[in-house]
Amino acid sequence: MKSWRRKGGRVLGGFEQQEAAVLRGLVSQVDDMLRARAEEAPQDELAELTGIKTGPSEGPDDPVLGRLLPDFHKLDPDQPSQEDVDSASALRSLHEPQVLDAKLGVAAELLNTLPPEGGNVKLTYEQADAWVSALNDVRLALGTALDVDDDMPEELPEDDPRSSHLGIYHWLTWVQESLVQALTE
Amino acid sequence: MEGMTTPVEAEQTLGEDTSAGDQPWQTIVWNDPVNLMSYVTYVFQKLFGYSRDHATKLMLDVHHKGRAIVTSGSKEKVEGDVAKLHAAGLWATMEQT
Repeated sequence: MKSWRRKGGRVLGGFEQQEAAVLRGLVSQVDDMLRARAEEAPQDELAELTGIKTGPSEGPDDPVLGRLLPDFHKLDPDQPSQEDVDSASALRSLHEPQVLDAKLGVAAELLNTLPPEGGNVKLTYEQADAWVSALNDVRLALGTALDVDDDMPEELPEDDPRSSHLGIYHWLTWVQESLVQALTE
Repeated sequence: MEGMTTPVEAEQTLGEDTSAGDQPWQTIVWNDPVNLMSYVTYVFQKLFGYSRDHATKLMLDVHHKGRAIVTSGSKEKVEGDVAKLHAAGLWATMEQT
């Protein structure tokens, strides 16, 4: 794809078929993970009556989901205080449903506006804002799975099993960076 | 907001002139290796209505010092801010001052 650009109140981009397939595939995978997590929420009559959803009080075991849905307090990894643990659980239950809804919403917006066969993409600013968040979630997921750190090289040795995925990660970085530039220039 | 043409809506929150020192809770954003500097700045502007300069300063604090206090206020306000930052993918936590 070429850089995103703004024209006439819209943000314009374009994707090759293979690029669209890769991006749609990754967004769908993150979407599936988030949906599965949303289904873990406790079901109770009160929630059905009031429409106020309550999320799980425990954080996800999976490190990728853990990065997408962090704790509300910085917990001491060795000896977190019981007070902090209890408060983080309560805050997670209260707020996780809305965080999940936001993430599922931006993923759906991207999937709705990126044609499976690739081609031109024409976004309103609101849609572009959803895209930039959805791209961020995918980069967080992939970055966590690849164990990306500040010293990550541009390329890994060919025998490193992460090597081909890292190329996709760097491509996503470029797509997101370009979109932020287009939105803020 | 000189040169700020981003279509972001300023929300009614604490202005950047409000002292963080006399508020009971604060929102902290931590450095992480994935989030882009430009994106973090964009999120601070979008969520909190900060000027580009102020958002950039906070982003640089996160980047260089490992963390920055980005908002403060009542527990309810701060937990809402943390939830919004999580929705945007930033690593944020809250603590009592």
